[in-house]
Amino acid sequence: MEILNAFFSAFVDSSSAAFALAAIGLGVHFGYGGLLNFGQAGFMAMGAYGFSIWTAVVAPTENWGWHPIASFLSAIVVGIIAASIYAFILGLPTLKLRGDYLAIVTIAAAEIVRFSVRTTELTPITGGSQGMTGASIKTDIQEINPLPSGQYGFWVFEAGAYDTWVRIIGWSLVAVAVVLVWALFRSPWGRVVKGIREDEDAVRSLGKNVFSYKMQVLVLGGVLGGLGGIMYILPRALQPDFFATPTTFYLWTALLLGGAATVFGPVIGAILFWALLNGVRSIIGVAHEYGFFFGLSSTQAAQLSFVFVGIALMVLVVFRPQGIFGNKKELSFNV
Amino acid sequence: MNTAGPAPLVRNAIQWGGALLLALLLTLGLGMATATAATDHDGKTVASIQQTEEEESPYSFQGSMRDSDREPIVGVEVTVTDESGFSGTGTTDESGEWSVGVPTPGTYTVTLNVDSLPDGITLRDPAHESREFEIATTAQQGVLFAFGDPPSAQPTTDPGESETGSETPTGDDSETETAAEQPRGQGFMAALTQRAINGLFFGLLLALGAIGITLIYGTTGVSNFAHGELLTFGGIVFYATTTLFSLPIVAAIAITLVACTVFGWLHDFALFKPLRKRRVGMVQLLIVTIGLSIALRYFFQFLIGGGTQQLSINRGAAIAIGPANISTSVLIAAGISVIVLAGVAYFLTRTRMGKATRAVSDNASLASASGINVDSVIRTVWIVAGFLTGLAGLLYTYFIGGAIRWDTGFSIMLLLFAAVTLGGLGSAFGALVGALFIGLVTEISTLWLPADIRYAVALGILILVLLFRPQGILGRKERVG
Repeated sequence: MEILNAFFSAFVDSSSAAFALAAIGLGVHFGYGGLLNFGQAGFMAMGAYGFSIWTAVVAPTENWGWHPIASFLSAIVVGIIAASIYAFILGLPTLKLRGDYLAIVTIAAAEIVRFSVRTTELTPITGGSQGMTGASIKTDIQEINPLPSGQYGFWVFEAGAYDTWVRIIGWSLVAVAVVLVWALFRSPWGRVVKGIREDEDAVRSLGKNVFSYKMQVLVLGGVLGGLGGIMYILPRALQPDFFATPTTFYLWTALLLGGAATVFGPVIGAILFWALLNGVRSIIGVAHEYGFFFGLSSTQAAQLSFVFVGIALMVLVVFRPQGIFGNKKELSFNV
Repeated sequence: MNTAGPAPLVRNAIQWGGALLLALLLTLGLGMATATAATDHDGKTVASIQQTEEEESPYSFQGSMRDSDREPIVGVEVTVTDESGFSGTGTTDESGEWSVGVPTPGTYTVTLNVDSLPDGITLRDPAHESREFEIATTAQQGVLFAFGDPPSAQPTTDPGESETGSETPTGDDSETETAAEQPRGQGFMAALTQRAINGLFFGLLLALGAIGITLIYGTTGVSNFAHGELLTFGGIVFYATTTLFSLPIVAAIAITLVACTVFGWLHDFALFKPLRKRRVGMVQLLIVTIGLSIALRYFFQFLIGGGTQQLSINRGAAIAIGPANISTSVLIAAGISVIVLAGVAYFLTRTRMGKATRAVSDNASLASASGINVDSVIRTVWIVAGFLTGLAGLLYTYFIGGAIRWDTGFSIMLLLFAAVTLGGLGSAFGALVGALFIGLVTEISTLWLPADIRYAVALGILILVLLFRPQGILGRKERVG
């Protein structure tokens, strides 16, 4: 029961929605655009910090008397703008270079963002290494919650009014993102992008501005990552160390699990990632209670689940690189 | 009560098969430790309920409290609460350590009971009396309370890092010790010399690690994101041999280096050679190394726990070079690095194997056609990389003050990549230049900028260099593509 609970709650949890959004963004980068982004956590951080600083420090509701809906929406817009500018700055020097340069620059830039926001000097704005409390960033969204307090849902999916509200917003965003990606990548624009992924020079010889297309892809995926960052912090608090390199790596696991160049792949991958991680963790936990793993602490047993994640990622990418839904022809693994 | 002893946990994990009995005894010992801790609460029923919850739940907040002389502070109460009404209390034991278990992941408020502090001890930052923390992906969240006045003589020394909540409290020991080598109030030139010397040593260590990356990249095309784990492995074996098994230092070093060399060979033999045979694509290989990195890192955490382990090694006396103070162990480490780097240079330019390595780096199919056994070159490269990176890990434990963490290597992996990219991907001498540059920049930047963003400065310079000279300092243009 405990195991099922851990496993199934990931299907509706807002963390899965946040991961799904960021993984869709990563899928736009890598699956459709062939861009090697190893710093999706940096885009998430830009979105999350843009949102939080606007809500908690600029605080339009308090300081300028805005309606909570206006300030909540404007905070999301600020997050989107922050992620776009970040994508633009990253793309400028790297998109003309070979793929692995983008990989190194994005991973380095994500860490620069994390180191910068957690520095003590910026504590009044970013909260330094402690980040920001949940209470300070939740003011507007709590204000506009239409649900009366109480419990919603059933069985393992039950949650309080606030969590349900965040889940509704999160999964709606996921739905919008899925439709957007589906529509975009069957349009002429999307075919050009996929063409760039397959053969950049061929597309260039058709007179297309490859750099500009790549930049649009980078910004689009980055914005989705930023939205994922916002959704991830809404049910909890803003913690700078969440936006570290491992988060990007988990997103890659989720993306490859579902299938990179697919519409639903990243969503299913994100759900399965959390479901399997929590499931394995609680299986190990239960096994531990029944006396397996002699002499190990339960913490150590929990760490084994991450060892499992790493091994799963390796096995997956070697034996089924296209993921659960993917089409092998759609993947270019030789950037 | 996991904090009761990370070291025993390592021991039973390492001696796994043979020492089940010992493990049982240790578990008993842990149980007894928990029992004593429970009675510390003078039989308050609430407290004992909390104790049982702690044992059931893998999630906990923990930390250790030390005063400005680094003496443990005993009997300080910490309360953890959340919005749903959960409340748990912990008290620091004789070694200043505390831990409070919580039932589920989530956001909790950690409050220090100021009244329970001994006389004369105050929080360095009163705002830290009560803070919010989240337990999400890691089961144990370290919470640090810093005491005493901020050290006035060291305005730029890592205040951010030592107050980091998410790092386990002892994690700042190393940083503080490195920082303590800084001269106090001797003016700018003294600080600059000190920082430059530190940076030079750091750069040499980075070079040892980075050459492995660049050789592997040059010969196989793989950017090995699990390279930091090779470095951590060296540190951990060194920790196990010196501290857990108390071997003499020479034996410990020898065992560490042999283990790392074998570990490097094993990478190729067990993983990358079969993948080469399958003709797995470059990006797939890249992601395989990411998976390997996650798996190894958590396996290390499984072995030595989430905290910082202190090595029982003699760090040597501090000696003064001009206005700077350097501990002899760091000097020796730097000397060893220089000798080994010279050895690598000799190997690459003068020996048959070294020349073959450079040939494969240049053009693998041409090298293969002219009779070079590419597989054996790649095997050699992995062995050399394992040896060099393991040595870097061993020496790095000295550099950061005789300590090792499960993610030591991972935390500087990006600096290694920055060094390699700066110098020019695939060029061994470029990696040396890049590493020295990165080492100097990270240390010297702390003179003007907050110390906690010094790595960000190095990575920022990497991006700037890529803007103007994408092939790196010593790289060749055709690789840019």
